[in-house]
Amino acid sequence: MSRRDQLASLAGGVISLPARIIEPVMTGLQKLLGIKRMPWVFLFPNMLAVILFSLLPVFINIHYSFTGSDRLYPQDRPFVGGANYETLFDCGNYLDPATCSRDLFWRALGNSLVFVPIQVIAMISVALLAALCLNREIRGRGFFRGVFFFPVMLSPVVVALTWQWILQRNGALNGLMTWVGLTPVNWLVFPNTAFFWSVFITVWAHMGFYTIILLAGLQAIPKDVYEAAKMDSANNWRVFSRITLPMLKPMLLVVFVLCVIRSVQTFDELYVLTGGGPGSATMLMVQYIYEIGFAVQPRNFGLAAAASLLLGIVLLIFTGVQLRLSRSAQQ
Amino acid sequence: MKLTGIGLSAACALLAATAPMGVAQAQEVTIYCDDLGYGCVTMQPVVDRFNSENPGETIRLETVAYQALVESLPVQLESGEGPDSAIITDLGGLSRYYLDLTPYVDREAFEAEYGQVLQWLRGSDPQGSAIFGMPTSLTVNGAYVNLTLFEQAGVPVPAEGATWEEWAAAARQVAEATGTDFAMEMDRSGHRFSSLAISYGAELVDDAGKPVVDDGLRAAIEQFVAWHEDGTMPMDLWGAVGGATHRELFSDFLNANVVFYFGGSWTLSQMDTEVGDLFDWKVVPAPCGPSSCTVMPGGGALVAFSHTDQPELIGKFINYLAQPENTGEVLAAAVEIPASKTLIEGGIEYPDASERTQESLSTFIAQIPKMAPAAYRFQGWRYQRAMMNALTTRISQVLNGELDVDAALERIEQDVNLAIDAAQ
Repeated sequence: MSRRDQLASLAGGVISLPARIIEPVMTGLQKLLGIKRMPWVFLFPNMLAVILFSLLPVFINIHYSFTGSDRLYPQDRPFVGGANYETLFDCGNYLDPATCSRDLFWRALGNSLVFVPIQVIAMISVALLAALCLNREIRGRGFFRGVFFFPVMLSPVVVALTWQWILQRNGALNGLMTWVGLTPVNWLVFPNTAFFWSVFITVWAHMGFYTIILLAGLQAIPKDVYEAAKMDSANNWRVFSRITLPMLKPMLLVVFVLCVIRSVQTFDELYVLTGGGPGSATMLMVQYIYEIGFAVQPRNFGLAAAASLLLGIVLLIFTGVQLRLSRSAQQ
Repeated sequence: MKLTGIGLSAACALLAATAPMGVAQAQEVTIYCDDLGYGCVTMQPVVDRFNSENPGETIRLETVAYQALVESLPVQLESGEGPDSAIITDLGGLSRYYLDLTPYVDREAFEAEYGQVLQWLRGSDPQGSAIFGMPTSLTVNGAYVNLTLFEQAGVPVPAEGATWEEWAAAARQVAEATGTDFAMEMDRSGHRFSSLAISYGAELVDDAGKPVVDDGLRAAIEQFVAWHEDGTMPMDLWGAVGGATHRELFSDFLNANVVFYFGGSWTLSQMDTEVGDLFDWKVVPAPCGPSSCTVMPGGGALVAFSHTDQPELIGKFINYLAQPENTGEVLAAAVEIPASKTLIEGGIEYPDASERTQESLSTFIAQIPKMAPAAYRFQGWRYQRAMMNALTTRISQVLNGELDVDAALERIEQDVNLAIDAAQ
């Protein structure tokens, strides 16, 4: 046997070693459990990961939401029943946060309910428009793809600080406006303009990611369909509404789901940019949960857990509706 | 050969058995501190001296970010982990983790030197007698004034004893005459606002540790809102930001965009390095309210944690550092205000600080005896942060028309009570 064959044999032995170790264990398990239950054995590692990193935190969250005190360990936290939920739901009129015991929770919920649809519609529209532009044979297409994707790579804190520098009283935008003879505006001081910029900045920061997904979807549409439409003299709008949109639907659904989840989770950029202000105009649910659970001393883990569980339920409902819509669309 | 082998094995076993004893004899404690002011960098020479004077005993300084001391350390302590000791600023909030140093330090000397400041560390038990640490330095809230702008406007600088309203009127006159953006600014901080509130008669907390929302607080909020409405103060700080977020715009003062800036002693070195002789400025005595001419004190303390297995060593080091010559050396290097009575009375020389900085430090130190008892009580209250967060959040809501002052006062009390309930 040549040296090369010897090395190959050795490598083969090393590679097959784990299999040779596992084989008797698996054979033993198969004898013990029966062949029908063996799939569970193979699923076990993944199930363990899901249980440890997804289900267990959910159960811990549920436990925390029914306990009080600022202690960290579950065993140190006394059971308080539904007191945290009672505090959150203690309201004279749910449509008027001023009548609620935890008015900021309801203000944050209200803001989220306005922010999410506006941001998602704006995000998908802009990302789709960008993808359509980038799908055309334009000069410097690669460069523009990079430009649109670049903000995605930036840290949210960098994004927020950059825009703060642009939008503040003596910022770059007001400098530019003064230069062209316009009256400067203190953009982050007024609730409406602060809200507008919150949507704008989050769309700017994340649209590149969704643009790439939609671009991939556009490129997967067969060219001959467009050629056939051209031969039938279909105009651009008809091509877009009858070919592009329907064939892009699966990708749009993926983008929609991802976008809603990301939008509900919006926190870091706005926390640095406005801190939820002016007043509470840009305070969203995640910031409320963060402030109650971590920023304010003593930390109210119970109330934060209850609020995040309610947010989770809202997200579950959203996801359920989306799934239903997508199924009915497929049918 | 066999016997030699057995002998070698026995020797190895003996060495192995005695080695841990040798390790156990060398004692070491770790102190977390940041690298600003009274921190790791400025303490290192004193620590080196202590280590060389005490062979076998080692104090190890570990530099961490200030944010880690505020946010991560409490979680570490709650889980029974973390350093043996640290320089912290949430004096009352972490009190349940402190080691009582009474058996290890000179109790009488500590009481004489630090008196009321020791109470800040007692948090949930302000009437107690435990010595939980050594106050390292004091910080004092205070106002910086741009004298060049006053001179250009021809407006006399209000004298000591001037009220907040008089300062506001003078600053407005100066801003109008010189075209300066704003007359007054104050850090967006519950701590800074508390200075105004207490000088207007707010108690904020009573002797029983319950939150107090009184007419003094109402008057202070109303005045503060009025200054925002008439443009004396910009909305950029308190109006534009929400929640409990801390925000400062000291850059406005550095760029001469504001006449009067209410911040604190910790920005002195920044003034020195960034403004220098570009314009004339000074720190002014505490503006007066209807109740008193007070500002809020603050500061840090070196504390030991009860989970340490070296209580004697950390106690010995804290006692060593508390000697006026040692802590004075650190304060001189850090350019900070002393917390110890001997050093306040005797004064400290700051060889590396400019004359203007030394004058400003003297002004800050001169405010210490004038501080109202309510300011000391509030500073040592375990739920101080809950009140400060409620103040910033709710005042911003008033400025934006989400709440009126009455509703804000109600919410402040509710927020603090909820925090107190959560901590039970």
